[in-house]
Amino acid sequence: MTAAAYNFAYLDEQTKRMIRRAILKAIAIPGYQVPFASREMPMPYGWGTGGVQVTASILGRDDVLKVIDQGSDDTTNAVSIRKFFQKTAGVATTTATAEATVIQTRHRIPETPLQAGQVLVYQVPIPEPLRFLEPRETETRKMHALAEYGLMHVKLYEDIARHGHIATTYAYPVMVAGRYLMDPSPTPKFDNPKMHRSAALQLFGAGREKRIYAVPPHTEVVSLDFEDHPFEVNRFEQPCALCGAEGVYLDEVVLDDRGGRMFVCSDTDHCETRQAAGHRGTMASPIAAGEGGRRAD
Amino acid sequence: MTAMLRLERVSKSFVMHLQDGKVLPVVSGVSLEVAAGECVVLGGPSGAGKSSILKMIYGNYRCDSGRILVRDRDETVDVASAEPRRIVRLRRTTLGYVSQFLRAIPRVSALDLVVAAARDQGVAADEAEARARGLLGQLNVPERLWSLPPATFSGGEQQRVNIARGFVGDHAVLLLDEPTASLDARNRAAVVDLIQTKKRRGVALIGIFHDEDVRDRVADRIVDVTAFAAAAAA
Amino acid sequence: MPTDEAPLLMARGVTKLYGHRIGCQDVTFDLHAGEVLAVVGESGSGKSTLLSVLSTRAEPSAGRIEYRMRDGVARDLFRLNEAERRLLLRTDWGFVHQDPREGLRMGISAGGNVGERLMAVGERHYGRIRETAIDWLGRVEIDESRIDDTPRAYSGGMRQRLQIARNLVTAPRLVFMDEPTGGLDVSVQARLLDLLRGLVADLGLAAIVVTHDLAVARLLSHRIMVMRHGRVIETGLTDQVLDDPREPYTQLLVASVLT
Repeated sequence: MTAAAYNFAYLDEQTKRMIRRAILKAIAIPGYQVPFASREMPMPYGWGTGGVQVTASILGRDDVLKVIDQGSDDTTNAVSIRKFFQKTAGVATTTATAEATVIQTRHRIPETPLQAGQVLVYQVPIPEPLRFLEPRETETRKMHALAEYGLMHVKLYEDIARHGHIATTYAYPVMVAGRYLMDPSPTPKFDNPKMHRSAALQLFGAGREKRIYAVPPHTEVVSLDFEDHPFEVNRFEQPCALCGAEGVYLDEVVLDDRGGRMFVCSDTDHCETRQAAGHRGTMASPIAAGEGGRRAD
Repeated sequence: MTAMLRLERVSKSFVMHLQDGKVLPVVSGVSLEVAAGECVVLGGPSGAGKSSILKMIYGNYRCDSGRILVRDRDETVDVASAEPRRIVRLRRTTLGYVSQFLRAIPRVSALDLVVAAARDQGVAADEAEARARGLLGQLNVPERLWSLPPATFSGGEQQRVNIARGFVGDHAVLLLDEPTASLDARNRAAVVDLIQTKKRRGVALIGIFHDEDVRDRVADRIVDVTAFAAAAAA
Repeated sequence: MPTDEAPLLMARGVTKLYGHRIGCQDVTFDLHAGEVLAVVGESGSGKSTLLSVLSTRAEPSAGRIEYRMRDGVARDLFRLNEAERRLLLRTDWGFVHQDPREGLRMGISAGGNVGERLMAVGERHYGRIRETAIDWLGRVEIDESRIDDTPRAYSGGMRQRLQIARNLVTAPRLVFMDEPTGGLDVSVQARLLDLLRGLVADLGLAAIVVTHDLAVARLLSHRIMVMRHGRVIETGLTDQVLDDPREPYTQLLVASVLT
């Protein structure tokens, strides 16, 4: 079968319309989980089928797509989803945040601030933030309906009681527009502040759970906390070893089996852009400058 | 009414449904009054209904007919017809019952039991404790026992703790159900003193005393209950 | 009539039918602030059905139940909207289940269990929540050192005491109890009853206690309702009903217990 045998962006137009209606509803009610008739996709659940369906439904022929997994454009999941849309929609793809009109992500929000007109699509495994505290879906829906969110604080209480601080570091719960409690998917809490009043439209798709939710541009997104244990993002002690960036999210890279390791930007595009501009970290090799610096290993 | 307590034509019988509805008459047409500062003793052989009369006054037994009027400060309450919660309140403010049987509460010390009885009536904590200590002393309960729960006490010791509970408050009407039964002479005398003190303070007392000596020393009047004997049903 | 004389809960002709089967029928009573009412009867007597309806867990087939809210206004419980009803359930009311596993979050620490209601009504200060939790654990005789353990690590009696603390932390005015000492050893029962009796008296709680155990009714309640075949057959002051039962069935019930 050739690529030409697919409808544009794989999904049929009826399905896209159905998903777009769900997206519009989600935008109209920020943070509210809208059910949708999730389709079987040619990839397993857990590989981003929700995000892929959202992307497929909003993609136009002129869009420029970027796909990241963790912060990276070149991991298996990111590469295969990018290829999927190249094949089924023929759209242009990029790794540069600033050039993309649609960015599909599994964990990270790019370090480069997003702009008006850009859409960030999150792949969500478990959309319900209250799930692990209250397994009954009938009950959690009621809790959302009545904005009964005390239970979420019980989770944070448990964190402090056990660890002395709020130990939740990813999927850190937020209140959207002062109304709905939302799980920002497995995003590290480091990125939570980037959701707050972002100029970009943020869409969340959960394929297995058949839910879509959204944060429209410039919406209030507040991370839950206690008065005496305020929300804090994790700080890294050193700058990126490759590009010297500070205040960014770093990944630990093990170099050898003798304990050697380095901390580098999780956002590969951000790191490469900085290196191309001449920024250097302590472990950057002098020849690694320019295009594809980190991939030249 | 000047009387603190007045019974008007009170009748009582038990219907024993488990014994084919057999009717057991107890008393009929009981009328009596107790004034403030007076101690009325119910007389008559056992089985004449003395204890049942006390229990009806306390609201513990129902009566079939008649009225049982208790003056509760500015009000008069008819125990025979009052709502349960009114009786609960009456017992807290005005109507006390002293029996020889202590309903021990696990883990609560003898002293605390007595203090609690006073506190229930709104006596301040310090005052309640002082009174409780005074009474337990007066009733010869050894001080080393005060901090222990009475469950393990001897019968006589438990009885005296219970008497202390009954006398520690400011009830204006006290019902005494053989409080001196099985006490020795010294403790009987202590109880007699307590009753005299209550009388001087204007408390109306009505009780049952089998001990003639005690009865003669506390009674202002003796009402013979056999006069109210109900006609036995067939 | 002064406000404090107005009943807290008013039940009128409360009936619950399951098809043709009667759950409870034509139950009418008032409950005042600070009053403890025991509902006794054998299993199948309708006492548990009545409790479900009174606590709004089930809707009555007929009849009306009004509750005087904290603002002094009596409201028909089944005309409250869902949000009002749920707020009532977690603030002004408590519900103590026979099986503490139904009333506790077994995977959450004792402190979190006690603190949940506080957080539900907007408390957002960790230190204060913890302090209150410690205070309440103390009041139900659970050592402070157990605050971070989950109820899974607790004995049956401790779980039940924790459930009580979890319910009382928001200073409710009415607590429903369903066989609160049901699953416990006799020695543990005595301690729990004593604790409950003290708390109810100290806090001036109104309570509706469903039990088949007349000793529990005697120790905890001021007033008693005896139920049989879904109907209330006898009611009155607790010691009066137990010491001078009038109805044949109540006489049988009282005669069948060792006292």
